[in-house]
Amino acid sequence: MAKKTDITKAEGDLYLENLTKSFGDFTAVDDLSLQVPQGSFFALLGPSGCGKTTTLRMVSGLEDPTAGRIRIGDADITHEKPYKRPVNTVFQNYALFPHMTIWDNVAFGLKRRGIKDVKKQVDDALELIQLTQVAQRKPTQLSGGQQQRVALARAIVNRPAVLLLDEPLGALDLKLRRQMQLELKRIQTEVGLTFIHVTHDQEEAMTMADTVAVMNNGIIEQMGAPTQLYESPDTAFVANFLGQSNLFPATVVEVDGEDLVLEDPDGSFRMPKSRMGRNVSTDRGARVLVGVRPEKINIAALDAAAAGPADGNFVDGVVEATSFLGVSTQYEVRTPGGEIINVFAQNLDSQDLLPVASQVRLTWKPIHGFVLDGRQDIEAGVEIDPDALVVS
Amino acid sequence: MSTSTGPAAGASAPVDTRPSAGQRFSAWFGRNAIKIYAFFAFVYLLLPVAYTFAFSFNDAGRTNLVWQGFTLENWLNPCGAPEVCGSVVNSIVVAAVVTAMATLLGTLIAFALVRHRFRGRATTNLLIFLPMATPEVVLGSSLLALFLNILIPLGFWTVVIAHIMFCISFVVVTVKARLASLDPRLEQAAMDLYATEWQAFRRITLPLVAPGIAAAALLAFSLSFDDFIITNFNSGQFTTFPKFVYVSATRGIPPQANVIATAMFIIALAIVLISQFAGKRKREA
Ligand SMILES: Nc1ncnc2c1ncn2[C@@H]1O[C@H](COP(=O)(O)OP(=O)(O)OP(=O)(O)O)[C@@H](O)[C@H]1O
Ligand SMILES: [Mg+2]
Repeated sequence: MAKKTDITKAEGDLYLENLTKSFGDFTAVDDLSLQVPQGSFFALLGPSGCGKTTTLRMVSGLEDPTAGRIRIGDADITHEKPYKRPVNTVFQNYALFPHMTIWDNVAFGLKRRGIKDVKKQVDDALELIQLTQVAQRKPTQLSGGQQQRVALARAIVNRPAVLLLDEPLGALDLKLRRQMQLELKRIQTEVGLTFIHVTHDQEEAMTMADTVAVMNNGIIEQMGAPTQLYESPDTAFVANFLGQSNLFPATVVEVDGEDLVLEDPDGSFRMPKSRMGRNVSTDRGARVLVGVRPEKINIAALDAAAAGPADGNFVDGVVEATSFLGVSTQYEVRTPGGEIINVFAQNLDSQDLLPVASQVRLTWKPIHGFVLDGRQDIEAGVEIDPDALVVS
Repeated sequence: MSTSTGPAAGASAPVDTRPSAGQRFSAWFGRNAIKIYAFFAFVYLLLPVAYTFAFSFNDAGRTNLVWQGFTLENWLNPCGAPEVCGSVVNSIVVAAVVTAMATLLGTLIAFALVRHRFRGRATTNLLIFLPMATPEVVLGSSLLALFLNILIPLGFWTVVIAHIMFCISFVVVTVKARLASLDPRLEQAAMDLYATEWQAFRRITLPLVAPGIAAAALLAFSLSFDDFIITNFNSGQFTTFPKFVYVSATRGIPPQANVIATAMFIIALAIVLISQFAGKRKREA
């Protein structure tokens, strides 16, 4: 019995080790390994159906893993009953108990653990989410945003070692969503619990999390700090799923010191070796994908730009389309080699707007680009429009 | 000017701006049709009850078919006629035992059918409907044949067994409907919040399904209390209230039967009103 009491009080980092879940012959989560440091805000980001909920359900004990292990600190909880784990979940649909008041909903977990005087803790939790005034109402009498906060309080009041949040903001409109993101982040900092936040909104993941894991088809494509994922994606999926990227194929000519000399239909250029993603081959003739974020490219009318020396890599082209977005203008530029390159230019001066069909020069610093393995789908992760998903 | 009262009358005389009597009647009728319909429906439904109620005050003597004068005697002495109260008590005891058993078994079956996948589940679902679809005469006579064949003496227990059999179906159907609308994630959320399987059932599932179970129990009680055909086949010398009324009909139903029936009606009405009132209070709280 001593072992069991240990598990409910387990704390430390959360480890998922080679975790696999199959439904029949479909593998929803495939040999997934990750470590979530205690007290951190961890986001699991990925498109619909990639296995996020399944992963969370294995951590909470509602789904039994086909293979692999789950540990919190030293305690192995892989096959422990859900009610024995120091893990609580904020469900995708809240799952508030409709026949109980808000107060009783929040008190539920504490009472089940046999804690006698729950009043102060419940009141504090309701205060934290600023809903003290509705404590005696039933869940159906609250707005969606309020219900979401109650679901959060109901989980947080137990001070679990790990708090799982399954797209808790999915049902909220954009404004409330942004507001709740800040609130969640504030609460996490205040109570210092480990948060695992599942979302398919990349902006949400990047603004809130210390560490983001990008998941696709049951595996983790890349994991790291938001800036690291954004600046140095490892795969085409990550490059396209997090923000936008211009990706174009090129071949390796040679390695020259710290630089990689590459060639594409628009000419040859250099990229630093330090900007290479996972599994990139530097053999002569190897195929790679070169990526540059649209906002890192400088666009200028060709005659003006040609006067000065080109700073870094450049390519010339023709503006095919422009759209004015307020803070910036988006240009689509076609290169002589047939590539379409997207550019976001800050609207510093509206006279600078370049009309369609103007000849332009695009320049970017090699250190701002990245080089990926060329043997992957260049379109991976691209059709998922994060704004469309916010609505769904 | 035509005297037709249909809408065509108005359409055929667009010149005359004053509405004709027919038009006025049809407009009035249009506004009040539902009320009129409801009035006649209630008269139709309540007339027998009113009749029964009135004749419970009849100073009947031997037969309660003709009005012979007002008396409170029947109400003051409801057990005055032989066997009336005995049969009522029998019916209540039978209905109570049947309700308890049928509700328990039926609820368990409903849980099994909704929550578990097992072989023969589809067949069970179908079989559950059979007692409801089969004519009572057939059920009653087949059961009688069964009891006679396996030499079970007819009486209280055969009536109870027969009633449980057909009440279970209604309980299963009622509870199943309630259970199917229950989100299984609520139980999962409870288990995530440290409730064991049993606690999750007791604190979440049971309270949420309880209204369905209560409705099923009331249904079972009234079905059992009310049943005559199956009871008549399988009761032997044992007398329930419906059977008593039927049997005494040949020699004149005593006014005490009206008293019992009226009391039953009032009690049922009171239960409905109280539960409605309680439900409203609960929603507003
Ligand atoms: N009980 C189950 N039986 C069979 N397949 C399942 C089951 N649960 C999930 N799956 C499948 O596993 C895959 C991953 O599902 P999961 O719910 O984890 O996705 P998700 O990443 O949470 O998606 P979303 O963002 O839409 O919530 C899906 O293809 C789904 O169809
Ligand atoms: Mg999900």
